[in-house]
Amino acid sequence: MDLSPLRHAEGCVVTKTYRRKLDMSGRVDLSHGAGGRAMAQLIADIFHVALDNDWLRQGNDQSVFEAPKGRMAMTTDAFVVSPLFFPGGDIGSLAVHGAVNDIAMSGSRPLYLSASFIIEEGFPLADLARIAESMGAASRAAGVPVITGDTKVVERGKADGVFITTTGVGVVPEGLDLSGDKARPGDVLLVSGSIGDHGVAVMSKRENLEFDCEILSDSAALHGLVADMVAAAGAALRLMRDPTRGGLAATLNEIAQQSRVGFRIEEAAIPVKPEVAAACELLGLDPLNVANEGKLIAVVAPEAAPALLEAMRAHPLGCDAAIIGAAVEDERRFVQMTSSFGGARIVDWLAGEQLPRIC
Amino acid sequence: MKYVDEFRDGHLARGLARSLATLARDDREYRFMEFCGGHTHAISRYGLEDLLPPNIRMIHGPGCPVCVLPVGRIDAAIALARHPKVTLCTYADLMRVPASGGMSLIKAKAAGADIRMVYSTLDAIRIAEAEPSREVVFFAIGFETTTPPTALAIRLAAQKQLSNFSVFCNHVLTPAAMRAILAGEGEGVEIDGFVGPSHVSAVIGVRPYQFAAEHFNKPIVIAGFEPLDVMQSILMLVRQLNEGRCEVENQYGRAVTTEGNVKAQAEVADIFELRDSFEWRGLGEVPASALRLREAYADYDAERRFGVTTPCAKDNPACECGAILRGAKRPHDCKLFGTVCTPETPMGSCMVSSEGACAAQWTYRRFDTQRVAS
Ligand code: SF4
Repeated sequence: MDLSPLRHAEGCVVTKTYRRKLDMSGRVDLSHGAGGRAMAQLIADIFHVALDNDWLRQGNDQSVFEAPKGRMAMTTDAFVVSPLFFPGGDIGSLAVHGAVNDIAMSGSRPLYLSASFIIEEGFPLADLARIAESMGAASRAAGVPVITGDTKVVERGKADGVFITTTGVGVVPEGLDLSGDKARPGDVLLVSGSIGDHGVAVMSKRENLEFDCEILSDSAALHGLVADMVAAAGAALRLMRDPTRGGLAATLNEIAQQSRVGFRIEEAAIPVKPEVAAACELLGLDPLNVANEGKLIAVVAPEAAPALLEAMRAHPLGCDAAIIGAAVEDERRFVQMTSSFGGARIVDWLAGEQLPRIC
Repeated sequence: MKYVDEFRDGHLARGLARSLATLARDDREYRFMEFCGGHTHAISRYGLEDLLPPNIRMIHGPGCPVCVLPVGRIDAAIALARHPKVTLCTYADLMRVPASGGMSLIKAKAAGADIRMVYSTLDAIRIAEAEPSREVVFFAIGFETTTPPTALAIRLAAQKQLSNFSVFCNHVLTPAAMRAILAGEGEGVEIDGFVGPSHVSAVIGVRPYQFAAEHFNKPIVIAGFEPLDVMQSILMLVRQLNEGRCEVENQYGRAVTTEGNVKAQAEVADIFELRDSFEWRGLGEVPASALRLREAYADYDAERRFGVTTPCAKDNPACECGAILRGAKRPHDCKLFGTVCTPETPMGSCMVSSEGACAAQWTYRRFDTQRVAS
């Protein structure tokens, strides 16, 4: 849609009068997804304003960009968080951070994002604008623009407010080859900060579960921290991963399977905020199973571990980084933890969904 | 963290472990049943067994409301939920418990039954208020701890004159189960003392366990659920045995009084009455071991309202849950443990309940028992 003012006569600029501004107190209806003028306006007034950049401004169905030489990384992720707004973030910023981090975990520099929105009929336009603005702010802060997107509206009841899918591409620095199958017995395991913050922040606002809690989601883009880590450890880095859904426990079990090793971790070394520990206690949850959106784990060759830890702690997003354990030989690929008591136990994947206990 | 860290202090734990090692006499064994699944999980999760001398052995008891619920009651709940007008509200723990014919509540829900997971009885009341055209049934289970909230819901429903709310009552009583276990002692179970459930005693007090000390000569220590509580309670039991004492002691003085919560007891007594007998998984029919709604609250009794019958249903014959719940066997004695039966494919409720003994062994300690890579 041409958004430039009409030039009627020399020196006389008239703005298009037939085009009313989107009424932000209204709601998304089916016409906003039907491909007509209403949809064009929704995209122009909400998404293009919030996410504005050179590529989007071209208004094409795709964006054409320069591809750097070398290996690329690509990821895609769907976001279905409930509630949509939570302490410390919302689905919009989360969708940016999620894709940026998935790219960054390969050690890559994220370049571009795409975003696809599935919106439920009846969703307030003001909330949609808020989500888009937060997405725009997150992508500007990360320096990773959203250069193409898509919008669909589904009938009431067929979605839960808004679902967002983001895809990201990035470029892998030369000489770096991180992968989940690269952990070797003896390698050191680090975490970039306190775990469980995001999951507890979201749960604290869930209907039926609301409790008072000061915890903010840790949702953040980690590629800056990753760049510093790559600079400090280089090829000694074996792998990185962000322990999102399923928490630290699921991530370590995944890597143990991929790399055919076990892990030994120390409960006392794992950073957990007291409020998070208290909320987990109340709900009968284990912080090791709770989601994070701004933390990463790294496995590194032992000789590079001190330098890596130092580099992580020097970055604001890694200031609470800690060495929490090591990879060990174990054909059963168990993740074992020494409790603060000195007893041992397994750290397992969660069976089903983590839910509060009954008594 | 205040009120939690104090009870998880590693130094204190090692101190207690040293005292236990000194106190436990070499010439005898100490076999203690932790009655409650909460204790089972604390023991496994903190690796407490690693801190006990080898002659102190913990035996898992029947203290998990999900595990002791017979399959027939889950079948009955599923049948209720399939009623086109009924919305069944349940705690999440029950969703994956195996029922007859490969069914479970979670499968029945996927097949279209209106089953909703709630966090409290009051959530069920809210649903009943919001959806007056639905018959909202709350699937009530649990020991003495969860009975007062159910009583409260019934009281509230009566006050609000909610005509579309009822309770499928499966509340059971801890002392009755302990008595049944002690009466059956000798059939593969030998117990020198009990770690008693403190949450239950916070409601019913300490006295209801007196019989075990007086008639069966078993010491009991009512224990909190923090790992240090458990360690200290084990120490108290060892002391009693060494000194030839046999008493009901209260380790959890910070929440449990001798009388318990008298107000809650009165509320429960007003709304519920004893059933003559109730089937427990693993223990069979146990007399005077469960509650049902009194006649005065018959309107809120789903069993009466919908004419619920409990089908006679059998457990998977290879599943050893029954023997495990009586303390006669351990999870890894079961041939299905970790092969056919895992938390993802549970054959018995002990593997799926968050308090189940098989789930605890699998989740926290299977390096003891599982040698093959999965
Ligand atoms: S391992 Fe499974 S089948 Fe065996 S006793 Fe436990 S729950 Fe039952």
